[in-house]
Formats: sequence, structure tokens, C-alpha cells
Amino acid sequence: MSTATSNFVDPHAETLKTLSSVFGEGVFSQSRFRDNLRLFVPPSRLIELLTALKTRCGFGLLAELGGADYLGYPGRTRSRFEVHYVLRNLETAEMIVVKAGVDDPDPTLPSAVPLWPGADWMEREVFDMFGVRFAGHPDLRRILMPDEFVAYPLRKDYPLRGRGERHNFPKLTRGES
Amino acid sequence: MPASLLDEPELETEAKQATWTLNFGPQHPATHTTLRLILELDGERIVKATPDIGYLHSGFEKLGEHLNFNQYVTVADRKNYISPPMNEVAWHHTVEKLMGIELTPRCQYIRVIIGELSRISDHLLCTGAAALDLGAFTAFLYAFNLREQIYDIYEEMSGYRFHPGYTRVGGVLYDFNDRVLGRIRTFMDNFQAVYSDMSKLLFRNRIFLDRMRGVGVLSKADAIAYSCTGPVARGSGVTFDIRKDAPYLAYPELDFEVPYCTEGDCWARFMVRMEEMQQSHHILEQALAKLPGGPVNLPIADKLNLPDKLTTYNSMEGLIQHFELVMPNRGFETPVDEVYAAIESPNGELGYYLIADGSEFGWRVRTRPPSFIHFSVFPHLIKGYMLADVVAILGSLSIIAAELDR
Repeated sequence: MSTATSNFVDPHAETLKTLSSVFGEGVFSQSRFRDNLRLFVPPSRLIELLTALKTRCGFGLLAELGGADYLGYPGRTRSRFEVHYVLRNLETAEMIVVKAGVDDPDPTLPSAVPLWPGADWMEREVFDMFGVRFAGHPDLRRILMPDEFVAYPLRKDYPLRGRGERHNFPKLTRGES
Repeated sequence: MPASLLDEPELETEAKQATWTLNFGPQHPATHTTLRLILELDGERIVKATPDIGYLHSGFEKLGEHLNFNQYVTVADRKNYISPPMNEVAWHHTVEKLMGIELTPRCQYIRVIIGELSRISDHLLCTGAAALDLGAFTAFLYAFNLREQIYDIYEEMSGYRFHPGYTRVGGVLYDFNDRVLGRIRTFMDNFQAVYSDMSKLLFRNRIFLDRMRGVGVLSKADAIAYSCTGPVARGSGVTFDIRKDAPYLAYPELDFEVPYCTEGDCWARFMVRMEEMQQSHHILEQALAKLPGGPVNLPIADKLNLPDKLTTYNSMEGLIQHFELVMPNRGFETPVDEVYAAIESPNGELGYYLIADGSEFGWRVRTRPPSFIHFSVFPHLIKGYMLADVVAILGSLSIIAAELDR
């Protein structure tokens, strides 16, 4: 008889149960694709959700943090920028993706550095490439581009070959350096 | 040893001296690549280190939005130029997860083989260069000589020596032939001799031990908090390995162990890498013995993979399929969705966050590079140690400049 029944076991069942007992309904929405479980959360509740995942559900490792620009993405209704946090539970090898969206006039998210110091450079990179600010970050500066750079290169409205910023870089001569 | 020097009272009670700033790199002989460190020194002791990246300005992630999934493999190659095939495997692993493609058994084994070869190649350079930086030149020569044989394998299997560009969506460029397998066997026969030469030179080398032990100590809790993965985390006692804990390709069918240390110093990271080479050799032996027959690419009827040259030139279906994939405004369709997939690369978790918009071009190709994360830990590891320890700690983290500045 066991062959006929579905033997699908949801690896995230325990986590979702814990989260729903903490948050109830309506704080985050979820979607699944392949083996990724994604939780979409409003920026105001982001840190709360990450903290709950870290302390109550055992997601100790912030494996990855990155941003994306959805300007002109087919069928897009949510906010323009989204930042994703990939968390891993080192005991059970469970992986979960948390996503938070922000919009253009003032794209600001709370910083995850107090939770994971490893988020430091990754948040700086998102800021450098997309212009998404992280409130509470200890040292939010550009990391890949030079400090004089004014644009955000990975935004969709930034052309592949640039807008000529590189020609305006200050030139240091050997005498001044 | 420097750790104990710190505790000596005369250093602490000395009158506060003015610190001085030293630019270490770019292109310092011991940084190997284009790394720049701004060190604030009190005498020879490091008070503060500020890593400065952004010297290459490669723009790999922007390129990912303008190259299709097959073309981008040449860019993925160049992210970690010490072990290119591993990057290819990571990239196409993500694309295939997005498309929901199941590879043929032979292709899965071939990808395991090229992945483990590049792991050995990466660790050989890392351990050899760590020895070189600390004065043990001969061990480096042994390691580099063995790496040449891995390059020979790349050349034989793909035609390219440094950046093979070997994987394709749903398969690989060419199947392994007997000459490739012969070269892999020759390499594996030579490996143990070189490994034992290196271990004889280094494992009981007094200078090497003293420069590595107790230097750059990273605790287990810190390793997790700073998002470290791979040998850096395993040197601190984190046993997580994606090959074991979230298996992919043919790894569940292969028997191997995950080496780890608990000391968390440079020596522990060095030893984890040395032992991982042995495990990779063990995996290679099994993978070669079990290498299944059958096709290496998906059938053309699936309309997903580029047919090989023989099929393209000799059959109408192959020609049509090649045309469909290569011509602009054609190509396969992808789901309008996004996926994160990661593999265990030599340096740690190498992941891609791939957002697709239905076309065969990525909407956003975010790379999760292990070197970038490890370099951010460097200022915390070096604090309080000596100028000479910079080289030891940098070598034990194995930082690749192209991965820093994508």
C-alpha cells in the first residue's frame, strides 16, 4: 500500500510551523520553485523574520545576500528592487530564501549586520551596485566602484558600456601621488 | 610565536607611538593577484587592516545579462581562474536547475571528474603558494609541476588549456575519449608521489609550522557568523559540505569523507586542503571505475542543448537544432522565475542566484563568490599579528581577485 501513497515529505514543514506560531498569518507570503522556498516579507518586518529564523529555527549561516533590479521585468507588479537572503541550517542542511522589496525614491532596508557580521561586505556591494541603502550598517561605502563614481552599474537603466563616467575620473600624476 | 608575543607586557605598556601606514600590494609578489591592503602598523604589529578591492573592474555580472546561458560559461570560467571547470559546473548546475533538466548519468560523472580535478588543482596551488610565501620554494615547484598535468587533461578534453569552457546546458562540449581518460590515469598515478614529497617537505618543517600554527585563529562561532564556507570554515570545525549535506550530481553514489580541524588557524586550513586533495583523489578513483556508458548530452529531441559538431554537420536535425539555439531571437524558453543553486567549490560555497525572464539570457546573474566573503574576514584575522603574518593568513584564505570584483 505504501507504494501508492505519495511519499513527499516537505523539508520545510517544521520551519513553517514554527514561523506561523510566532507570526501568525499575513506577515510574509511564500512561493516555491524547484527546491527553493522563498518568503517575501515587507521591509518593516524583515529583521524580525530573520531573527526568528536565526534564533528559533536554527538558520545559523547567512550563505548569500544579493540584490536585483526588476525594472521592466515581464509581469512585474511588486517593488522595483529586491534583496535576497539565503539562509542555511547547518544541522539539517535546510535552505531558505528570504526576499524583501524596496522602491525607488528611497530604497532603504534595515541592515542584517547586527545579526550576521558576514553581511557587511555583501550589503555594501548591493548598495554599490543598486543604490539600495541599509539603515544601521556600520560602514556603508562603495566597495567595488571608486568613491567618485555616481551611478549604480547593475541597475537595468544603466547601459552596458557606461555613460562616460570613467573619462571623468580624477587623474593623479606621479608628482601628486 | 606572535600570539604569545602579544601577551608580553613591555609591548602593551610601551608609550603610545604614532602608527604608520603601509600599502601592501597590489601586485606584491606575495599577494599573487591584484589585492591591495592598507595596513596601519605600530612598529611591525598590525593595528588595523583595510582591504581595498576593485582593481580589475571586470563587470562579470552585467555581462551575464547580455550573454546567453551557453555563452556565459566563458565568463564563469574566468571568475576563479585557478579552478575554471568548477565554475562551469556551478553555472550550468544552476541553469539546469532553473530549467528542471536531469543530466545523463555519464554527464553527471564527467562533471564530478572535472570538478574534483579542479579542486585538486586549486588546492595544489593554494598549499604550494602558501609554502612559497613562507620560504619553501621546492614544495611549490612540485605542486605546480603536477598542475601542469591537470592542464594537459583540460587541453585534451576541450582544446583549451586554461579556460576550457567545457560544459553546455544539458551536457558537455565533447565526450571523454580514451586519451583523456589515459591522461587522468597518468595524473592520478603521479599524484601520490608528489603528495608524499610535499608532505615530507612541509608537515614537519619547523619554520613552516611555526609560521602557520596559532596564526590567524578563527573560532567556529566566528566562522559561521562571518558566512565562511569551505576549507576556511572546516578548518574551524564546521563540518558542513554541500557535496554531503545537499548532494548534487553523482556525489550520493560516491564514498568520501569531509576532513575538518578544530584549531581554526592557518595550519588547520592548510591541513584541511591537503586532506581534501586525498579525498578528491579517492573520489576520482571511484568515478573512473564507475563511469557509465551511454550518451553524454541530452537527446536533440529535447531542444535544449547544443548538438556536438559531428551531429551538426552530419544530420539535418542537428543542423536545425544548432541553428535554433544560435540564431538571435530564437533559442530555448525558460520559466519566468528565479532560482538559487550552489555547489562546493574548492574555496567554499559557489552559488548563483539566477533570475530568468523567459528568454535564454539571464535577467540577473548574481554570483555568490567564496573569496569575497573570506576577504572580508581578513581584517579581523590579522588584527594584532605581525606584518609577516599577512602573507601566511592571505595564503591560507586563498583569495582570487577576479572573484572579488565581479
